[in-house]
Amino acid sequence: MALDRWIALIILGIALAYGYAAFFTMDQLLPPFMQRNPIWPSTFPKVLAVLSIITAAIIVLGLEKPSGEVKTPDIDYRRLGDYNIGQAALLLGLMVAYALLLRPAGFLLSTSGFLIVGAMILGERKLWILIPVAAFATGVVWYLVEGVLGIFLRPLPFFLG
Amino acid sequence: MLEGLMIGLSTAFSLTNILMVIGGCLIGTFIGMLPGLGPMSIIAIMIPVAITLGDPSAALILLAGVYYGAIFGGSTSSILLNAPGVAGTVASSFDGYPMARAGMAGKALTIAAISSFMGGTIGAILLMVFAPMLSTVALLFHSAEYFALMVVGLSAIAAFAGTGNVAKALMMTLLGLMMATVGEGALFNMPRFTMGLMDLQSGFSFITLAMAMFALPEAIFLVMNPNRSAQGGEDGGKITGLRISGQEARKIAPVIGRQSIQGFFIGVLPGAGATIASFLGYAVERNIATEEEQKEFGKGSIKGLAAPETANNAACTGSFVPLLTLGIPGSGTTAILLGALIALNVTPGPRLMVDSPHIFWAVIISMYIGNLVLLVLNLPLIPYIAKVLSIPRNYLIPFILFFTLMGSYIGQNNATELLILVGFGICATVLRFADYPLAPLLIGFILGRMLEDNFARSMQIYDGISFILDRPMTLGLLVLAILLVIVPSYRARRARARAAGVADGD
Repeated sequence: MALDRWIALIILGIALAYGYAAFFTMDQLLPPFMQRNPIWPSTFPKVLAVLSIITAAIIVLGLEKPSGEVKTPDIDYRRLGDYNIGQAALLLGLMVAYALLLRPAGFLLSTSGFLIVGAMILGERKLWILIPVAAFATGVVWYLVEGVLGIFLRPLPFFLG
Repeated sequence: MLEGLMIGLSTAFSLTNILMVIGGCLIGTFIGMLPGLGPMSIIAIMIPVAITLGDPSAALILLAGVYYGAIFGGSTSSILLNAPGVAGTVASSFDGYPMARAGMAGKALTIAAISSFMGGTIGAILLMVFAPMLSTVALLFHSAEYFALMVVGLSAIAAFAGTGNVAKALMMTLLGLMMATVGEGALFNMPRFTMGLMDLQSGFSFITLAMAMFALPEAIFLVMNPNRSAQGGEDGGKITGLRISGQEARKIAPVIGRQSIQGFFIGVLPGAGATIASFLGYAVERNIATEEEQKEFGKGSIKGLAAPETANNAACTGSFVPLLTLGIPGSGTTAILLGALIALNVTPGPRLMVDSPHIFWAVIISMYIGNLVLLVLNLPLIPYIAKVLSIPRNYLIPFILFFTLMGSYIGQNNATELLILVGFGICATVLRFADYPLAPLLIGFILGRMLEDNFARSMQIYDGISFILDRPMTLGLLVLAILLVIVPSYRARRARARAAGVADGD
């Protein structure tokens, strides 16, 4: 089974869970006066759940055949190993680390760290250029966000203020 | 209309707004040139900045400037590197790149700039004529028709996704609609589908979703496949001979005239944007060209370059018509603009012209200014801006990732949002592997709330589902929506059956 049908199967699961929530869990909580309304909070979700279950089933069962033309995809997922999948995964991990560190470590430290480590993951080794560039860019962005846009970002680690 | 024009002129010619146009066009050109970053990603990145401006007309002017700047920048990298930064400029590389290879890069850029300018300007004139007309009609619509119209818009977008893909596009639209129901809406005053999580109480943030659907997967694809970001190297610096001769100008003038009008109307249709307009424009011009000229197409024909360039800019302008008059976005880019406007407390639609004419007219006037900026300011700067193509990707990619993170953080001031961003970004990348279109998801998400509001209002007014039968126009539109989805797959099925030699009964 091709990847797109596996995805449709997962979406079918999501749609079923969504439909279950809409049909069986939402209406009990409704106060009596709202039950006289022609539309309930669950009405629209119920419609969506039914439609998406049908659509997902159509894809899973392969009822709609693709047209003859074969498009060359940007990335052929059958040959994932040929691409820099490791770098991509590391960068995503780095983004998660950034999300977790932004508050405790402060903006300046975590951002320059993100830019430096990100470039190094991609193979940059000229640290004497990289570090000043990253530090300068971080400073500029911090000034723009804090000074021009007026949004507070804690600049320094928590123990320094 | 004259009165409106005056309001627009006075708003658009304020110092801030002129700076917004110029800044937007420059930023758009700059980033649009980078292969792989399309107008949707750029606008998504710019939204937090636009929202913090606080002034809706300035914000829309800035984002619109970024939009056509990005299209212009995309054609520059198509011509110089054969690496289109934007899907709408792929057709420009067919003839633009051969011209650049033949040493006529400067001339190709000039033709592209002039065609874009003319396409955008004629498009803006058409917009000025048609938008007020359409919004007068749209004022007669009730919530039932609005509901039906949005359903038509959504199914048209799914239908344009191409044969074999309609079910997938529909699936994505429905998924977007489902995501829009998460959180506490104004309608019912109760949280839905939050699974008890506080972070979901106010629903998903549209900026985060826009970043996760477009900017992040693009960046991941750039990492995974280095060939996508073909680097210009030294060629970027040598661009000379920007002039074109009078004879060449006469040759492309009719092309520009035809393609502005055709491109504009394609842009107005929901689901068909700059990309379709540019390919269609190229194909039409090739078919109606003389035998002799046809041979030049693909080898550096100036007509073949002018056609897609005019059409894609006219289509960009055209796509503002449904946004400004009906409040229904026809493309991913205008959907993002709609989201930004809603965040600024402006609801685009037929009332926009009545309630806040300064926004409506200022945007139209700023389109003229924007096109002028692109022509006078950007064209001479292109040789310098093209240097951006030689930024090493080791630096570029971390910055792109950082800007997506920053954008979604500024919007919400919440670090959990960043985790949601990465999570959705991974999902979006996997969906792109499997050829699921992502724009319908975002459009569904943005329209979801409005769709449900209008549906609920009609249900309440008519005390049930009877509004569908009582209002002929609603019924007509809903039937049209169903046909839009069913006909393409039915026709594909019949064509296959015929190809297989099976009689199908007609």
